[in-house]
Amino acid sequence: MITVGHFVIYLRRVFSQLFKPPFRFSQFFEHLEKIGVDSTLVVVLSTTTTGMILALQLGYIMRMFHAEMFVGSAVAMALSRELAPIMTAIVLIARNGSSMAAEIGSMRVTEQLDAMEIMAVDPIHYLVVPRVWAAFFIFPVLTAVANIVGIAGAYFVSTTVFQVDASLFFQKIYLFLDPNDVYSGLMKSAILGVIVALISTYNGYITKGGAKGVGRATTTAVVTSTVAVLVADYIMTDILLNTLMRAG
Amino acid sequence: MTDIITITDLHKSFGTQKVLDGVNLKIEKGKITIIIGKSGTGKSVLLKNIIGILKPDSGHITYKGEDITTFNTDKILDMRRDFGYLFQDAALFDFMNVGENIAFPMVEQLEMANKKELAEKVAYLLDLIDLPGIENKLPSELSGGMRKRVGLARALAVDPKIILFDEPTTGLDPILADSIDKLIVKVTREMDLTSLIISHDIPSAFHIGDKIAFLYDGVIAFDGTPQEAEQSNHPVLQRFIANSLGRRAHA
Repeated sequence: MITVGHFVIYLRRVFSQLFKPPFRFSQFFEHLEKIGVDSTLVVVLSTTTTGMILALQLGYIMRMFHAEMFVGSAVAMALSRELAPIMTAIVLIARNGSSMAAEIGSMRVTEQLDAMEIMAVDPIHYLVVPRVWAAFFIFPVLTAVANIVGIAGAYFVSTTVFQVDASLFFQKIYLFLDPNDVYSGLMKSAILGVIVALISTYNGYITKGGAKGVGRATTTAVVTSTVAVLVADYIMTDILLNTLMRAG
Repeated sequence: MTDIITITDLHKSFGTQKVLDGVNLKIEKGKITIIIGKSGTGKSVLLKNIIGILKPDSGHITYKGEDITTFNTDKILDMRRDFGYLFQDAALFDFMNVGENIAFPMVEQLEMANKKELAEKVAYLLDLIDLPGIENKLPSELSGGMRKRVGLARALAVDPKIILFDEPTTGLDPILADSIDKLIVKVTREMDLTSLIISHDIPSAFHIGDKIAFLYDGVIAFDGTPQEAEQSNHPVLQRFIANSLGRRAHA
């Protein structure tokens, strides 16, 4: 309960600083690059293989019903609604959430955050806010990339393993994939980005106890973010299915 | 001599552990005051109360006639513009090079944006601490003594009136410690600063301090000049001094 209380206070501090000048564009772009550009390859590799595995699994089932041509649309729907945002978030937690916690945590234990405060700079404004904004903007971009490469992976498997005609593959995607599937995935991804950044930076911010504490903060950040992302995804899916999808 | 900071009946506890239990101390303007005491007696806590990182449970800290324990966040930030702080391990930002570290408070606190002016001031401060030309080095490339010097340059960057030192010579060999002592005296006299140092380096305290304050059992058990400290009949202070000097001689 105490931890939840502290986290709520932390959230209030972060949200009160989100729109407060000066806007630290250089830090924002630095984190955009760190999360975005530097993580693209990992996201591409993990979601391409996910698309391929999914196509393989679905292909064998659908072949029983002579419905292999629907593999592309099924993979595209699964990816854009769920798998791309979740896979992207989990990859970014492992790669960036952990480093956010470790960086801020090691700054805490070496008194760098105290130094910042003494120089009249709020560490939340300087260190946390640019990371939160960067995550908010870059998570959907990487999710979009994940959608594309995941479908490309499914395309490769469908056309080579199951001999699905290329034009049929895309035609079925065009027929069944609703733009709202993509929008909802991207929206969820932006919110998951904020959740990951907030939990990871919080764990770094409250680090105590030297190098051991930094290690503990990093582990807690990864575990908590992963669980929070899955829970938040379920809640958002429920809301979106009842609003966006129904409206669509 | 005028007092720049007055601490009255300051109390601070962490849970059930009483750290400061009625501290009274006056810091004289333009002097080097050294607070000595065993490790874990609350010297850093006292310093952090003065700078407003920690809030006391009760008591008063008066600066420029105002009680800073009643200040809100904005007033504390405003007050901190008069203070420089050298952390025990310098607390240099490891994601910035030396030049950026020193320029940081000028950019953030003084809102200096002119790159040429910033570079000139950084170069001046690096000259002052006898480390010219290391602007592009990273903190990880510096030795302990160099880090402390750069930390001091950063603390001096905003032309503070008061500078607080947290164990400035801890972890340094005697020669380096002596060079840091000389630097503290130099900047205090040349820049007309008030220096408040917490330390358990007794030889250094007696060497450079204008005034010694002994923190023991949560209170200032003694304060006076180094000569008065040597002649004091406070048994714990005498034992503390004798042990520290004995250990240094033994070393």
